[in-house]
Amino acid sequence: MVFLEFEKPLESLYEQLEKITQVGQEGDLDVDPMVKELETKIRKKRKEIYDSLTGWQKVQLSRHPERPYTLYYISQICDKFIELHGDRRYSDDKAIVGGLAKISGTKAIVIGHQKGVNTKMRQFRNFGMANPEGYRKALRLMRIAEKFGLPVVCLIDTPGAYPGIEAEERGQAEAIARNLFEMAQLRTQIVCYVIGEGASGGAIGLGLGDAVYMFENTWYSVISPESCSSILWRSWDYKEQAAEALKLTSDHMLEFGLIDGIVKEPLGGAHTDPEAMAATLKKHLKQTISKLKKIEIEELIDMRIKKFRNMGKFQETSDQEME
Amino acid sequence: MEEESTVQSKGWFKRLKEGIQTATKHKKEVPDGVWFKCDSCKETSTVKEIKENFYICPKCGYHSRIGSHDYFDIIFDASFNLLFEHLKSYDFLAFTDLKGYGDRLQNAYEKNEVSEAITVAEGKCHSRRLVVAAMDFSFIGGSMGSVVGEKIALAIEHCTNHKIPLLIISKSGGARMMESAFSLMQLAKTSALLTKLAQAKIPYLSLLSDPTTGGVTASFAMLGDLNFAEPQALIGFAGPRVIKETIKKDLPEGFQTSEFLLEHGFLDFIVARDQLKDRLADLLYFL
Repeated sequence: MVFLEFEKPLESLYEQLEKITQVGQEGDLDVDPMVKELETKIRKKRKEIYDSLTGWQKVQLSRHPERPYTLYYISQICDKFIELHGDRRYSDDKAIVGGLAKISGTKAIVIGHQKGVNTKMRQFRNFGMANPEGYRKALRLMRIAEKFGLPVVCLIDTPGAYPGIEAEERGQAEAIARNLFEMAQLRTQIVCYVIGEGASGGAIGLGLGDAVYMFENTWYSVISPESCSSILWRSWDYKEQAAEALKLTSDHMLEFGLIDGIVKEPLGGAHTDPEAMAATLKKHLKQTISKLKKIEIEELIDMRIKKFRNMGKFQETSDQEME
Repeated sequence: MEEESTVQSKGWFKRLKEGIQTATKHKKEVPDGVWFKCDSCKETSTVKEIKENFYICPKCGYHSRIGSHDYFDIIFDASFNLLFEHLKSYDFLAFTDLKGYGDRLQNAYEKNEVSEAITVAEGKCHSRRLVVAAMDFSFIGGSMGSVVGEKIALAIEHCTNHKIPLLIISKSGGARMMESAFSLMQLAKTSALLTKLAQAKIPYLSLLSDPTTGGVTASFAMLGDLNFAEPQALIGFAGPRVIKETIKKDLPEGFQTSEFLLEHGFLDFIVARDQLKDRLADLLYFL
């Protein structure tokens, strides 16, 4: 088990539990009451920690090394999945995956950012940072979805679109802009879930949907807290403050009306019970898709554009005040 | 070796402190004196000279950054009407870094004649009606927050309803961090609304000027029916500093310039500022 800094109080409890269990296995001593007591303690402590997470702690949870990624969810929720590769223009981006999916009776195209599960794979997946090809592959799959009347499911989990020389040469900005433009008018249902990190243009490039949800312990922001700290505080040391200031957590995002809902995670985060998390996702997205399918496509697109059109906060002054 | 000895022999001219020592507050974007020093070649010309030359350096051709009203003067035949001036940003997230967002806004109002990072105007360009939305870099780095997004949205709707072509002149460091996810959503908002303009077959021209980066490039700036740029402008998704830090290598010369983007297929052409008005009229003739 990997414990994050703020989970340290749990670590010692788990260590005690392990020792006592071992003692119980070795001798005749009845350790059951002690085990029960410790388990209660752990549950209580866990609740205490997780009921009052700061923005930065949620950011850390969203990046937990054991957190499930797109392909895990696909393997859990799909009866059938055929991965489709390539953007037909340049290459196959490994940081975004997608394909034809059958989710107990519901046919769909599932697309998502993919991070690696170990050091080697993290490099292979470029840490979930897509190049323009990734966004263009995603758009190609969305077109297939549109043509064959399949809903699109996007799983968002990226520290950002990749900032590299080749990415710029091949038009990172254009690729993201194009996706936004095309997704706005895509003639099928689009459901998006932020399952981990929702960083900036890299996230919104898969994020213009009829319904956008965030998993409980995720974040969605115009910039990562680290980069925000570096730019606005001119130092990398203010990431905690930046995370608070950005109000990037799911509860804030819901309160702002920028997302449609929050998907509850198991206590302690998605990684503590990935199977339960996948089951929750499956149920949630099936319900969402069937709800969206009841809406006429023209109306759906209208609602989609109107929803994003209404995002923004400003003051309106009267003409007199302006003089 | 020779170089070394030269340096030594001129030891008493050596700079005691490396780098530029002028405090930022003593610098000015547009000089109000008689002389104008080019940011690129450092040659001086008179202010009168540079103004008559569209703020293009007569010595090296460098296009100095200018404001929205300068563009209106260049593009429109005579008078123009400002649109959507009633919108005002405010600090709805109570966002404070080293400074509060409210203070930053106050500071921007005091420093600028414009009231936001984008100003929209309607007028005529060689007798053809045109709406121009032009960004001001001097207003919080030309950053896109809710007001910028809303003004673009209103401009698109105005153009759609009245069948007027739209020109957006981008000049921006990206999305406005102090509005967090609200500013991110402006990418989706502006891009989604541009589809309406496209459906109505109204021309949308995108002029990218120095600099155009981040969320602005990743939304409306790249979505013109035609995309074009001023010469030598910095245009990109990620800023050069971020890329350099990520790849830990020096960037090739000319990287992320207008000429680089033209070469890689992302611009239709590059247009010098003194040719801009005529070029717009020529384009509108076809569209």
